[in-house]
Amino acid sequence: MSSWARLKGNRTVLVAGGALVLLAVLALLGPALSPYALDQLDWQHLAAPPGLTSGHWLGTDRLGRDLLVRTLEGVRVSLVIGVLATAVSVVIGVAWGATAGYLGGRTDEVMMRAVDVLNSLPYLFLVIVLTTLVGRGSVSVLLLAIGAIGWITMARIVRGQALSLRHREFIEAAVAAGGSSAHVLARHVVPNLAGVVVVYAALTLPQMVLFESFLSFLGLGVQEPLASLGSLVRDGAKDMQSALWMLLVPASVLIGLILCCNFLGDALRDALDPREY
Amino acid sequence: MLLYAVRRLAAVPPTLLAIITLSFFVIRLAPGGPFDSEQGVAPEIRAHLEAAYGLDQPLLIQYGRYVGGLLHGRFGPSFKLRDVEVTDLIAQGLPVSLTLGVLAILAAVLAGIPLGVLAAVRRDSPLDRLATAIAVLGIAVPSFIVGPLLALIFGLRLHWLPVAGWQPDAAHLVLPVVTLALPVVAYIARLTRGGLLEVLRADFIRTAHAKGLSGTAVLLRHALRPALAPVVSFLGPATAAIVTGSLVVESVFGLPGTGRYLVEGAINRDYTLVMGMVIVYGALTLLCNLAADLAYGWLDPRVRHE
Amino acid sequence: MHSTPANTEPGAAAAAPALELKQLSVGFPAQAGFTTVVYELSLAVRAGECLGVVGESGAGKSQAFLAAMGLAPRSAQVTGSVRLSGAELAREGGALRRVRGAELAMVFQDPMSSLTPHMRVGDQIAEVLVRHRGASWRAGRRRAQQLLERVHVGDAARRLRQYPFELSGGLRQRVMIAMALACDPVVLIADEPTTSLDVTIQAQILALLAELKHAGTLAIVLITHDLAVVAGLADRVAVLERGRLVELGATQQIFAAPVHPATRLLLRHAQVQAGRESRAPPPRGAPLLELKDLAVRFPLRAPAWRGRRFVTALSEVSLELAAGEALGIVGESGSGKSTLVRAILQLVRATAGEVIWLGHPLQQLSARALRALRRDLQIIFQDPLASLDPRMSVLEIIAEPLRLHRAQLTASERETAVLAMLARVGLPEELAQRYPHQLSGGQCQRVGIARAMILKPKLLVCDEPVSALDVATQAQVIELLAELRRESATALVIVSHNLALVRGLCDRVLVLYLGRVLELAATADLFAAPLHPYTRALLEAIPVPDPALQPARLATALAGELPSALSAPAGCVFHTRCAHAVMVCAHTLPPLEPGGEGRLIACHRWRELRDAHGATAVRTGYSS
Repeated sequence: MSSWARLKGNRTVLVAGGALVLLAVLALLGPALSPYALDQLDWQHLAAPPGLTSGHWLGTDRLGRDLLVRTLEGVRVSLVIGVLATAVSVVIGVAWGATAGYLGGRTDEVMMRAVDVLNSLPYLFLVIVLTTLVGRGSVSVLLLAIGAIGWITMARIVRGQALSLRHREFIEAAVAAGGSSAHVLARHVVPNLAGVVVVYAALTLPQMVLFESFLSFLGLGVQEPLASLGSLVRDGAKDMQSALWMLLVPASVLIGLILCCNFLGDALRDALDPREY
Repeated sequence: MLLYAVRRLAAVPPTLLAIITLSFFVIRLAPGGPFDSEQGVAPEIRAHLEAAYGLDQPLLIQYGRYVGGLLHGRFGPSFKLRDVEVTDLIAQGLPVSLTLGVLAILAAVLAGIPLGVLAAVRRDSPLDRLATAIAVLGIAVPSFIVGPLLALIFGLRLHWLPVAGWQPDAAHLVLPVVTLALPVVAYIARLTRGGLLEVLRADFIRTAHAKGLSGTAVLLRHALRPALAPVVSFLGPATAAIVTGSLVVESVFGLPGTGRYLVEGAINRDYTLVMGMVIVYGALTLLCNLAADLAYGWLDPRVRHE
Repeated sequence: MHSTPANTEPGAAAAAPALELKQLSVGFPAQAGFTTVVYELSLAVRAGECLGVVGESGAGKSQAFLAAMGLAPRSAQVTGSVRLSGAELAREGGALRRVRGAELAMVFQDPMSSLTPHMRVGDQIAEVLVRHRGASWRAGRRRAQQLLERVHVGDAARRLRQYPFELSGGLRQRVMIAMALACDPVVLIADEPTTSLDVTIQAQILALLAELKHAGTLAIVLITHDLAVVAGLADRVAVLERGRLVELGATQQIFAAPVHPATRLLLRHAQVQAGRESRAPPPRGAPLLELKDLAVRFPLRAPAWRGRRFVTALSEVSLELAAGEALGIVGESGSGKSTLVRAILQLVRATAGEVIWLGHPLQQLSARALRALRRDLQIIFQDPLASLDPRMSVLEIIAEPLRLHRAQLTASERETAVLAMLARVGLPEELAQRYPHQLSGGQCQRVGIARAMILKPKLLVCDEPVSALDVATQAQVIELLAELRRESATALVIVSHNLALVRGLCDRVLVLYLGRVLELAATADLFAAPLHPYTRALLEAIPVPDPALQPARLATALAGELPSALSAPAGCVFHTRCAHAVMVCAHTLPPLEPGGEGRLIACHRWRELRDAHGATAVRTGYSS
């Protein structure tokens, strides 16, 4: 069965993929369609529970801001940061890993030792150090910091693949046939790396979303007036006892988002690399 | 084995020095000094402050003094909290954080491995599906959601356990440890299950069965060790994850550990505090990685013999 | 109803057979219903007897006996009865486990993957005794040492404490046999026990099995796809085809007068490998390829304080190849033959010596010039699937050399050429759009050949071209190579551990051992009268499908282990295993000298030995 057929036949994939697309569309269009603005305060409905009568379907927060709009906004911010951070980590990770794996020898040893050292350091520290230096609030710095952490696993995976490719006989065959290094890299190495990269990029996305929400929860991520799912959860946790929905709404959306991404990534991996039967 | 251990041990001091040096120079060379946010400080007073903290000396001398101080266990004064030595802050908070972290790792290993083994051995049974579901949730649900929810259920609603604050007794430890350990349990269970399933397909397992050994003997003596290899490799990053997670957990449950200092130090841009924390946590992580490496060496004789 | 098996055995003996299978069937649920891999198999082995079970791969031979032992995969459905010494054997459960490993023991094909990597070898043997005889671990280890000595493992006390990865293939297989013998089994089932071993080591293991058979009442079941292997050992032979027993009888009968087509096919394959004629060498003109004192060393990754250590893969290899000639390079593990092939093609850097192609020293050429010359220097590899890019279609794979060297062709011209080549190698046109993982091993290898031959190269190097294929496909691919060579007068260099294969295709043969050339001669001369003791031993080790000859040949199997390439012996590299070694062999390297009729030989005593052996052909069963 071809990879595509396997993917399409998997029900979880369809559900998860569909949910993700729906969420993304809602996040992009929702705030525009809603009668409420992001930071509009509704004095008549402060900390109102979800309901149809009040006009606020998911309730409001302590300041009267519509929770539905804020949650969708949070999804948008989390997704955008997640996708961009994934892109950063893919670029760095592939470049690092492919170079180390293909060149091999000393270069590989040195590069991978660095990766090992970085991998064993709690990533949050690097972010915290950066934040200490630069101050909070800059989204681009946040992006760079998160992306700079995610590349490590990508580099490992790509390097492993490049290393095994180097010794595969079809690479030798291509060289023996008279291909130059450029030819071999372009026509043989890169296409065989692409599969692995796609799979792990898909698995990196939920990690990035998670990192960002951790940071926002601690207060080191996005700052007001921007809201990400992490900061919404933090705000919600403060009022947990009296207004549980303020925590549950963004929390469940966050969990759902991460779950869908994980399922998709796992399914992608099973489809393109079916070693588990 | 001894040689292998010595080689690994020898790598620790240089790496630690690298961390210290790196964090020192990164922080010192960054734009903005620690006193920039002080509003309306007259230049003379600022100069005075800087001299008091030794910031007017050449960089290398500052570095030397810092490392010297470290050897004596002195991390320098906090730049934001008046008259407080970072060393004291660390001494106060470290026992709490260490207790939390060690218990969490133990819990994760003691719960995760058996869970993974059961799931693999009873593959595709309801137990397996349950275990997989727990694993998936554990990885997807962040600790800053689990924590408050658990506190809500067990603390505020059921009144079984205290919600916040610190006493060195079991009741106060349960929720934070569980929250912290959950994602790691999930990961370890998944790794164990995957590793075991792969090993059980190997030829040497067939040979073990051919020798007439019971299922338990095959599992424990022949299958478990190679299956645990990915788990042991993961222990390094696992400790890192626990350390990271402890920041959140301490914040959620209001525990007086060192994590809080790190976050506050970052928000307040308190250089010495952050640096001190980074070094302490870095050293801890290195030691845990060393332990993981040694465990791996014991597990796989091929690695020892190279 | 299938035809009744021919050559049925004589009347039943008094005692119950050691192992008896009655109407054993094994099947698996599959996508399209149910697949039966073993169909109502009935066989018996008596004490002290060896039953050979032969058939092509997929015939169900292993599956049947795995099922009998209760080791079939969980999804398998097994029906029928299995009796051990007359008593019915349970299908699963404690009763079966008590017997398994004790009275009923099994040895598997690949000893590297079949031994637990993290347990010491002695403990793995002792474990059987602890489990079945309630022995203590210490007593178990003592007995394990005795067992190792029983299977002729030297320095047994030290070996006990080693891990499987520290042992060579032959030693590991002996350990597996020792494990099986631990509780004095009634039946020993050996499933392809020598398939993954070198020829000389295979002979040793077969000799060991023969010794075990003659020593007592052990019943042996020897499962293999190679008829020649059973010729030296089995009393009776059972032939399986597609899960059914198609022939059964005394060994002499089966070999002398096979009845069933499947048996005849197996016999023909075994004989073809041993008996094809070689051609007279073509006239020698200016050499196409010349190697001068080629040496290749690989550095080992060792910690700095140990000093730099090397593995010497090749030393002082010199040879000449004429246009259109076929040269065979033979050797066992560690001989350096794969490295030699890669050094010729400049896929590996030589550390000393020269490779000269049509007068051009290849090492001195620029990268671009070398690439241009590559159109005439092609290679096919051992693993057919691995040598094809999994992301490229068959069409793209075969077209690649055209892209590189004949860039002026249009896409449709390329396609035409590729389709023509596909037809030439006997593959249907529709395969062009397929991907490697959709092809069989034989088809993949043909694609590799098509790719290599599309530019009509002057030299085709084949690195173990058929060792990964099953017997029937092997013959087809060899035939294809022979045809292509006749058509395009391409020179061939064939590297193989299979001397018989080389005999059918090559004009001259080069024998390598631990990176050195030991002998070079015309094929006919080499097989008729080998001069070097190693060549002689190699020829004697290859099993021939002749039950009259084979048992005696096993008795003279070459002893000793292949030394590791890390520590080659001083002096003549072969002297540690040579029956004729004397003092000088241990410290002086024998020079490669001419031995008449274009032969080269590196041995201090070759003249004496030649005179001693006279002109007699080796007891190989090969007619000259």
